[in-house]
Amino acid sequence: MIRFITFIGSKLLNVAQGLGEMLALFCETVYYFKEAPRNLPSIFRQMNLIGVGTLPIAMLVALFVGMVLSVQTGTQLALYGTQEAIGAIVGMSMVKELGPVMTSLLVAGRVGSAMAAEVGAMQVYEEIDALKTLEISPVRYLAMPRLIACLFTVPALVSFAIVVGIIGGGVVAEVNPKINVPFTVYYDNMIRALTYKEIFKGLLKAMVFGGIIAHVGCYVGFKTTGGARGIGESTTRSVVLSFLLIMVANYFLTRFMI
Amino acid sequence: MAPDKYYKSQHVVSQGPLGSFWSKLAHGFAPPIMEGDFCPVNFSGSHGVSIKISKLNKSFGATHVLKDIDLIIEPGETFSIIGPSGTGKSLLLKHIVKLEKADSGQILINDHDVNEPQDKNLPRNFRYSMVFQSSALFNSLTVGENVGLWLRENRIYGEVRIRRIIREKLRLVGLAGKEEMRTEELSGGMKKRVAIARSLAMEPDLILYDEPTAELDPVTSDELARVIMSLKEKVKLTTIIVSHDLNFALYLSDRVAMMHGGEIIAIGTPSEIKKSQNPIVRNFIYTTTKGIKGEGD
Ligand SMILES: Nc1ncnc2c1ncn2[C@@H]1O[C@H](COP(=O)(O)OP(=O)(O)OP(=O)(O)O)[C@@H](O)[C@H]1O
Ligand SMILES: [Mg+2]
Repeated sequence: MIRFITFIGSKLLNVAQGLGEMLALFCETVYYFKEAPRNLPSIFRQMNLIGVGTLPIAMLVALFVGMVLSVQTGTQLALYGTQEAIGAIVGMSMVKELGPVMTSLLVAGRVGSAMAAEVGAMQVYEEIDALKTLEISPVRYLAMPRLIACLFTVPALVSFAIVVGIIGGGVVAEVNPKINVPFTVYYDNMIRALTYKEIFKGLLKAMVFGGIIAHVGCYVGFKTTGGARGIGESTTRSVVLSFLLIMVANYFLTRFMI
Repeated sequence: MAPDKYYKSQHVVSQGPLGSFWSKLAHGFAPPIMEGDFCPVNFSGSHGVSIKISKLNKSFGATHVLKDIDLIIEPGETFSIIGPSGTGKSLLLKHIVKLEKADSGQILINDHDVNEPQDKNLPRNFRYSMVFQSSALFNSLTVGENVGLWLRENRIYGEVRIRRIIREKLRLVGLAGKEEMRTEELSGGMKKRVAIARSLAMEPDLILYDEPTAELDPVTSDELARVIMSLKEKVKLTTIIVSHDLNFALYLSDRVAMMHGGEIIAIGTPSEIKKSQNPIVRNFIYTTTKGIKGEGD
């Protein structure tokens, strides 16, 4: 029994310590934002990697999400003859939830894991140590450009995803014989429902998620130990941790922005 | 890949009217610290530093790796540490460059504790650099960018001057004209030499080599020995070498320390070490394949 309590206690302490370290790293990263101008090239490089690299797959995913959303809700609405509302429903869901969350999960799996692996490899192969002896802060050189790039790129990706998802939903609504809502009706309906405020909230979410992805990737990378095996573990851990944090953050952001 | 393209394009346009724009962009629109020949870092008065290590202890879990290390290294000295694998030689170097924190004990460089924050008002009075056992080159950068990283990141010189320094340091380690190569195209020995060039580019006052010759052929080792000797004459820097290459270490060093089981068991000039009666030292030095020839037998 005592052993069990000790076990739980040490786990809790580990979690608390991890959170503390993450917070400390976050503060340090933000502190180095002031040095951002001279790291512009590497920020652009990261943006390119994150944004341009993820764009096609993000749009594809968003397209199908919009389409399935339209089919599912559209056919249900059609039972009550209220399928006109489909534009508003697809638009709102894409902007408020599906766009930010789906895209961020995609970026976490594709980019966050790669960051953790890259930084983790640098940790394992003493490159981080070498940076320190060259009087270069690893946080400034590695974490800061990634965080900034993610903060801007993920909202951009999400905006593309939202647009594509909405178009996908609209096409399905028009083409599917059971729903059969003309695109103009769909569009009018959606525009009436969406406000700038909602769009802003959706993009703010995306920005927070982007920050989570980059931060988790770098934090897990910096904490990597144990050779090639450790790098593999870090990759997995970064994906799991950022999925979790994105979901938790999503709840609280939604709760407090409503 | 993108980084390549970026730097290539910067190369090409750096002469044209857009050139200044690109180089400004590359420097993040920050004003260059150096205009003309003014330089923020004192390069001319490079000077050796003294190192005083007292009662240094370090354990990892239950294993006590470094045991009460006491060591004094004079300014400008070339000092070698020899000893069997796994006794904590690399670990000791990492303590000196602040990559590891000791459990107890003290390291003073120029009579200043390395773990105490330096007085912000004082200009930093020495530079150190370390050549890692694993080379630790940056994978995402080319050879030239690796060598110039410190100069670029800390805005020491303008771009043209930095290129010249990179070329010069690479020539020094016998890799002239290899700036554009990627690190994964290099052999182990070439990597080590790039790492040495990267350290030399800092013009350090204290340089630590961890196994500099481990992957070098005899001729390149000789060349490296010459470079280290000439640096010593020109710059009077303090050099610490960890090496299994006994001939290399004994030839170059002013003094040699032998580590065994986490302790320093012998210390002295090369000839003293060669004459040592300590059985562990004799056993280590007078081996058949890698050791040196016994004297008089
Ligand atoms: N981060 C670490 N965690 C746990 N143990 C470590 C760590 N770093 C070093 N050690 C231990 O410290 C001891 C000394 O390691 P070190 O790398 O300094 O040896 P070395 O003398 O440089 O050997 P070699 O000549 O093979 O390079 C080893 O037994 C190693 O297991
Ligand atoms: Mg070693």
